[in-house]
Amino acid sequence: MSPFKISWKSIWSKPLSSGLNIMLIAFGTGILTILLLASTQIEEKLNNNSKDIDLVVGAKGSPLQLILSSIYYIDFPTGNIPLKDANELSHNPFVKRATPLALGDNYNGVRIVGTDSNFISLYGLKLQSGKFWNADLEATIGTNVAKEQNLKVGDTFFGAHGLTENKDLHKDHAYKVAGILAPQGNVTDNLILTNIASVWKMHEEDVMEDGKGKMEDGTGNREITSLLIQYRSPMSVVMFPRMVNQGTNLQSASPAMESTRLFSLIGVGVDTLQWFAILIMLIAAISVFVNLYNSLKERSYDLAIMRTLGASRTKLFVIIILEGLILTIAGTIVGVALGHMALELIAHYQESSQAKLTGMVFITSEVYLLLAGLAIGIFASIIPAMQAYRSNISKILAKN
Amino acid sequence: MISLKSVVHSYKDTKPISFKDWQINNGEQWLLLGESGSGKTTLLHILTGILKPKQGEVNINQTSIYSLSSKNLDQFRGRNIGIIFQRPHLIKSLTIAENLLLVQSFAKLPEDHKRIDEVLNSLDIIHKKDAYPSTLSQGQLQRVSIARAVINKPALLIADEPTSSLDDKNATAVLELLMEQSGLNQATLIVATHDKRVKDAFTHTYSLA
Repeated sequence: MSPFKISWKSIWSKPLSSGLNIMLIAFGTGILTILLLASTQIEEKLNNNSKDIDLVVGAKGSPLQLILSSIYYIDFPTGNIPLKDANELSHNPFVKRATPLALGDNYNGVRIVGTDSNFISLYGLKLQSGKFWNADLEATIGTNVAKEQNLKVGDTFFGAHGLTENKDLHKDHAYKVAGILAPQGNVTDNLILTNIASVWKMHEEDVMEDGKGKMEDGTGNREITSLLIQYRSPMSVVMFPRMVNQGTNLQSASPAMESTRLFSLIGVGVDTLQWFAILIMLIAAISVFVNLYNSLKERSYDLAIMRTLGASRTKLFVIIILEGLILTIAGTIVGVALGHMALELIAHYQESSQAKLTGMVFITSEVYLLLAGLAIGIFASIIPAMQAYRSNISKILAKN
Repeated sequence: MISLKSVVHSYKDTKPISFKDWQINNGEQWLLLGESGSGKTTLLHILTGILKPKQGEVNINQTSIYSLSSKNLDQFRGRNIGIIFQRPHLIKSLTIAENLLLVQSFAKLPEDHKRIDEVLNSLDIIHKKDAYPSTLSQGQLQRVSIARAVINKPALLIADEPTSSLDDKNATAVLELLMEQSGLNQATLIVATHDKRVKDAFTHTYSLA
């Protein structure tokens, strides 16, 4: 009979205390798993979506809001900017490529983005079927949009006013699905792309009705929402943002800086939760230690009997260490599984499709959680195991 | 042959106890008689290799047990000495069969289910093979503890106060079982007790003053 089986059966003979220990460790590990998965996925999304964009230029306001609305499509834009000013900036010698964005409409909550062919090269978009948008009111949709909205090439749909789902449809102009993007693994999976003229067309009526359309200034001057800039040279990093912020009525925001700022803001909460989870893990380790230590007192006679039956000191040491390890590793595995399930549940209720998280991915850092479980197991059982190793069986037997 | 030669032991702050020399031929059945506090348990622990005497030598079948390394002594004990305690202390988390398998594995012997069945059969508790100790009566537990002691066919079978808490009828029954099992397994039997009721059952007696 192996020491593992002896330890295993000993754990099963105390289901309540063993269950409590496993639950405590699982709870701590579960929180750590959620934090690990969520922060990794958020960081990945931030990096994936902004990797080739050096600067975003838009209306004055919060730079973070500008980044969130123009790169991650999860906030409202800070306003619109004149197309004339945007064109001037696009031709600036510091700029290699400028991609215009015109936001303002949605389809069932999915953002409709008016842009040009620069957007295709900026994100390296590939088609799954159909073609890229070309004529007015043609749309190329992200792979998730096609799946979730049940749209296919040739289908038509009406955009609605605003960036969140509502009933204010532009019923005079139907978009036609020209193509579906292959999965990109970034924000474009959840977007509807069209040309800027289509977005303007939708809002011409607004101009006619109330004289102040979203994409026009009422005098026929066109507007867009923002510009995604790629620099021509490293020199641009220093010169161009200053030029925009000081020389124009526009605002520039760096995705790298704002993402870092955003992450440090989230980071405070993440750190707090992380310490909380570590505290729970520590309590769990102490609980396993107390459990083993107390059970050792109760089992000292059992262990002495085992020695009289021929068990070596080392065997008793291994049996106790294994008990600690089985408890903590079981707790860690349950915790990792719970963490994944909880994150998947959170993702299910997430409103924003752009920042969608998932519990169905495994990352290599999770191995560290298992290693932490191992370390806690050894930490919690080493003292009881040493005591079992050193116990004076003659004394214990004589006492009993 | 089992022999005890010039053995002296002392605990901290107590007077040393000298044990008279003792020679036991294989297969003999001995009574170790002595009042409480006379050193019976100490002598049993010395004989079983769990308490090294301050001086003297213990030989079991030509092996000087205290010259063995700690690991080898543990294995030697597992293979050659079977111990029955006053209370039949079994491992509660294991079934009866597993309690016996445990003894085989500690002695590094192959798992022998046939032998387990044979011993449990001879003690009339085969039907409790897969039961847990908590479901057995005191008498059944005592039988299992005897089964555990003889499972590896030890050369020496030692029982520490096996009858002291039993009434006359049960004391006789346990003693008969012990003698029967030591005979069946060709083991030397030493029964340590202060219970004078069992005196007549033995032809050899080692008395402690």
